[in-house]
Amino acid sequence: MAINKDFFKKVLNLNSLEGEPNAKSGDEAEAAPAPETVVCKGCKRTIAKDEFQRRLYVCPRCGRHMSFPPRERVLALADEGSFVEFDAGLVGKNILDFPGYDSKLDEMRDKTGEPEGVVTGRITISGCPTAIFAMNPDFIMGSMGAAVGEKIARLFDYATAERLPVIGFTVSGGARMHEGMLSLMQMAKVSGAVNRHSEAGGLYIAVLTDPTCGGVTASFAMQADILVAEPKALIAFAGPRVIEQTIHKKLPDGFQSAEFLLEHGFLDTIIPRQRQRAGLYRLLSLHRREDGSYGRA
Amino acid sequence: MAERKDLTAYERVLLARDKDRPTGMKFIDGLFTDFVELHGDRRYGDDPAVVGGIARLAGRPVTVICIEKGSDVREHIKRNFGMAHPEGYRKSLRLMRQAEKFGRPVICLVDTSGAYCGMGAEERGQGQAIAENIIGMLSLRTPTVSIITGEGGSGGALALACADRVWMLENAAYSVITPEGCASILWKDAEKKAEAAEALGLTAEKLAELGIVDRVIPEQSDDWDMTMSALRDALAGEVSKLCEYDEERLLAERYYKYRNMGVNGQDW
Ligand SMILES: [Zn+2]
Repeated sequence: MAINKDFFKKVLNLNSLEGEPNAKSGDEAEAAPAPETVVCKGCKRTIAKDEFQRRLYVCPRCGRHMSFPPRERVLALADEGSFVEFDAGLVGKNILDFPGYDSKLDEMRDKTGEPEGVVTGRITISGCPTAIFAMNPDFIMGSMGAAVGEKIARLFDYATAERLPVIGFTVSGGARMHEGMLSLMQMAKVSGAVNRHSEAGGLYIAVLTDPTCGGVTASFAMQADILVAEPKALIAFAGPRVIEQTIHKKLPDGFQSAEFLLEHGFLDTIIPRQRQRAGLYRLLSLHRREDGSYGRA
Repeated sequence: MAERKDLTAYERVLLARDKDRPTGMKFIDGLFTDFVELHGDRRYGDDPAVVGGIARLAGRPVTVICIEKGSDVREHIKRNFGMAHPEGYRKSLRLMRQAEKFGRPVICLVDTSGAYCGMGAEERGQGQAIAENIIGMLSLRTPTVSIITGEGGSGGALALACADRVWMLENAAYSVITPEGCASILWKDAEKKAEAAEALGLTAEKLAELGIVDRVIPEQSDDWDMTMSALRDALAGEVSKLCEYDEERLLAERYYKYRNMGVNGQDW
């Protein structure tokens, strides 16, 4: 399938961006240490990291969709060279002087190589332009701080002005407690920007990834025109642990999975990662007029 | 009792949760006349944790919505301790849309430890219901005032508090997470709840300083009649003012109010 080949090429390009050669020469191969491996969270089998990356962080054995670093995700979706990042340097401060938050931010920046918990920008997908954001599961669990909210709100404002659609990949373990109520207020802030974009006729497609919980679910993840999810993604307001603590019962298997939400009418569709580029292109193109513009005439 | 201004954040949390504090319906009694309760979300059911209807505020018809915890054991259970299900949020949005149609201002009285975390609530889309309320309030073409009267528990409170004006009683507590929850998640020690309460900045005073709360309502040391009558006057005045705004100004000011949340003090 052409789309898939394209996809793999992208990820290989991405590796080369990171300074890793696409194909190792004999000498390098000898000198290289044992290949890095990752353990699948689904089937617990060990997978070579480069194979895993090539497969967009989907387990080749059981199909488990593991967390996908947002920059790699955006690049894998974008036409080659089309990604223009916005607000790359926009970072949050410890406004409340919350104990330990400064060092937590430093630690996260070191660990992820990203300054904040979301990547935003514009791309084209097979020639269709769109604004895009992808939240970072590894940056304090995809929590909403003021900077994350600001970057996403600015993206919607940009898309409103440029009459572009927005594709948003959500992931969140909950609020960023270190920012207290400023974190909660980001739900309202982004919702306001989503509303303006929507009232101007803008298309917003949310792709809910594992896990999308708490305030993100209770705001912009659920406010899209079209709600897509990745297979088996946990999508919840209150996560399973909180519910089990409340009701003192074990939850049934698959409760709050993407499949469960689809069955209960809260999602439009589930699209596996390998088919997202094709699927999102189709949705964009169905909203695009012949002159290339989107939305209401 | 210590002077109110000297209370710690956690002492205020305890006051906000105090069993003797007036619940939502007591505020409806104290602030409005001619209240007619309207039930049901027209989708699934009627959530007793959310009480709404039409009433008069200093003579003016308004739509009133409160979260009701209940004042005795039987009522606590009936009202699910003021933890709303999706039906509660859908009822409130229905009543807000009705208010918009008839040009009535909307007053929300918020007192909840949070939206209910249970299986039924999740199955019926708790997150979706709150998300729809938030965007619904932000786009509502009629004036809105929300008052945090007791506990403002995270998203379940925000769902009724995306208003033109957000007021907060002096000893109410509005927080993204309970201090106990925060302490046990971040520091693995729920006993550090007082430190967490301080760090979270959940008091009316702190939230006013952060621009999240527009006005702090003084509590007349346990004289709730006095507190309510002062609040009623202030509320009637504010609603009259907001009713003079044209729709465009109302919506634009509301948009920028929330759009600027978290911008102060940042480098961008
Ligand atoms: Zn696997």
